[in-house]
Amino acid sequence: MEDFITFFSFQDPNIRYVVAGSILIAVSSAIVGCFTFLKKKALVGDAVAHSVLPGICLSFILTGTKNPIYIIIGAFVTGWISLILIDYITRFSKIKEDTAIGLILSVFFGIGVLLLTMIQHNGNASQTGLDSFLFGKAAALVGYDLLIFSIISIILLLAVILFFKEFTLISFDENFAKSIGFPVKRLELVLTTLTVLAVVTGIQAVGVVLMAAMLITPSAAAKFWTNKLNIMLILAAVFAAFSSISGAFISFTSPSMPTGPWIVMVISIIALTSFFFAPRHGILYNIIKQRSIKKRILHENILKLFYQLGERENDFNASRSIDNILEKRTIKLGALKPGLRHLTKQGFLSKNKNFWTLTTEGKTKGQRIVKLHRLWEVYLTKYLRIAPDHVHEDADNIEHFLTPELEKRLENLLNYPESDPHSSAIPYDQITS
Amino acid sequence: MDTLYIISTGAIVAITCGVLGCYLILKKMAMVGDAISHAVLPGIVIAFLLSGSRDSVTMLLGAGILGVLTTFLIEFFHTKGSLQSDASIGVTFTWLFALGVILISMYAGDVDLDQDCVLHGEIAYVPLDLWILPNGSIMGPRTLYISGFVLILVLLFVIIGYKELYITTFDPAFASAIGISTVLWHYLLMGAVSLTTVASFESVGAILVVSLLIAPPATAYLLTENFKKMLWLTAFTGMLVSILGYYLAVWIDGSIAGAMSSVAGLFFLLALIFSPSEGIIAKKLRQQKLQPNNS
Repeated sequence: MEDFITFFSFQDPNIRYVVAGSILIAVSSAIVGCFTFLKKKALVGDAVAHSVLPGICLSFILTGTKNPIYIIIGAFVTGWISLILIDYITRFSKIKEDTAIGLILSVFFGIGVLLLTMIQHNGNASQTGLDSFLFGKAAALVGYDLLIFSIISIILLLAVILFFKEFTLISFDENFAKSIGFPVKRLELVLTTLTVLAVVTGIQAVGVVLMAAMLITPSAAAKFWTNKLNIMLILAAVFAAFSSISGAFISFTSPSMPTGPWIVMVISIIALTSFFFAPRHGILYNIIKQRSIKKRILHENILKLFYQLGERENDFNASRSIDNILEKRTIKLGALKPGLRHLTKQGFLSKNKNFWTLTTEGKTKGQRIVKLHRLWEVYLTKYLRIAPDHVHEDADNIEHFLTPELEKRLENLLNYPESDPHSSAIPYDQITS
Repeated sequence: MDTLYIISTGAIVAITCGVLGCYLILKKMAMVGDAISHAVLPGIVIAFLLSGSRDSVTMLLGAGILGVLTTFLIEFFHTKGSLQSDASIGVTFTWLFALGVILISMYAGDVDLDQDCVLHGEIAYVPLDLWILPNGSIMGPRTLYISGFVLILVLLFVIIGYKELYITTFDPAFASAIGISTVLWHYLLMGAVSLTTVASFESVGAILVVSLLIAPPATAYLLTENFKKMLWLTAFTGMLVSILGYYLAVWIDGSIAGAMSSVAGLFFLLALIFSPSEGIIAKKLRQQKLQPNNS
């Protein structure tokens, strides 16, 4: 608790700078990442992240210092080369994009590791910090480095705000953007440059291996909560900021803990939670929705059965047992029994011992389903010229989804036909018929 | 002797990865291979903690389970959560890899693994870790045996399941039509990739394994149209990569695994330029030949 207060009061200027810096870096990666995500280029970001390693090492070998400006230039150059190579390989050979990405990513990283080990074996005293690029060093980001990376992050954010409309358009509809005269090629160049810059700064926080998470994961999580781009950007930024504060806090309380992996862990937990529990897009929500649709279909089918049985015997008020129902159509007992119970509770059926009877409401509902089924069959045979023996299955599905408006239009279009293609009478309500 | 041990371990790992990589790149699943190689890390650490040793069987098992789980999660988020597949891959593997790194730092005292080793392994230590029988006779490097064992497993898998793997790779629709389960063979292949990744982990690390999975098969793919020839070429390239990589590393005093993957990249570059059928030069020449006819 004491740690908590010390940390979040931000009294210590060191903590203040580290937190502010890592939030800036994380937020700018997340915002730029949203566009790469929407352009389905998420893994290209991963490739760039791995490919900056040889650049970092080369600039160290050439200049002999760890000055962030040289490092950024080196990283930027090899990051760009990797993108050009991926593009070239996929365009001019039969190698597919995923293979090209994997190949460039791993080979560039291999070259980077080779150079890194070479530097280490040479025993240069000032090289000790270089391997922090592998896993990041958010907590140790201070002074001059922090200043440079914060400036780049701010430039990134400003660039996105400036080109917001253009980026939105090329992310969603490239062809339209082209047709209204946007310089799509140049805009993509700008976006790619921003991505490379975001990677170069982001690896300071989480390292080359986990950098992909800073680009992809916040936007993937945000996507589950909204369909609007500006809200998605804000959410992604908030998720990224929250996870980088948490990461910094965790490694503040227990210094042996690596900051970068913890930032990624927190953002991943947010993403996984979103995947499962987000309303409307989440996996759980979809499962529940599917269940409820299935249930509704079952209930409507049971009422339809009752109606059809009544129609056959010309007695809609007869009581029927489970065996009677199953005679007409097989429904799994495990589904039928709760279905009957539910319908009784809702007042569509009345129950007497082991027999069920249609109520007036139940009859109306069952009748409507039967009517929709038969109307649809007429429609398919009359307008789509489908053979009468092929229309039943389709009608069985659509009968549950026709809205009252469509129902009206069908009735008018077909002019209230008396019977379906199998010569069963179509039941209309007393009022409308 | 040490040189021979290192080169042969490297060659064995390269051949194992290459053979499986042929299937991966043809199935357009190269990045899934990349994801698996990262995601097995927590499996290795957990197996390590449970068994308390570098007991290889437990480690192979732990990582194998995690590899298949990764494939499953990627599929699950993609189909059930309708998350685009590239993002699904990216989110899944970074998450599991972060978990692995965190576990390593949590149990730093108990786990004999360090973060750098995870990334690029250290094949140079292969000859130091010897397999000694209870009666004291020295059998040679342990890693050599493990990777040899996995190579045999993978070769058996590819030979016995050759027809099934071939059909499910090239024509999944036909495979299901004649009753071969694409799902089963898909997961078997992914299991094999996970095993290979783990077995190669100590020698070449998580990311360089990817270059051995992808680069030699991609090179071979540019050189031939015939799948069997592609497999042989991949194996041959893998061996060359190991030999040349070793000497490159010795020459410039750097990581052997890094050098191997650089050499693998160089081979690909050469194939891309000089391949008789697909190479840039061959294509240019063909275009020039065509031009007089066109005009």
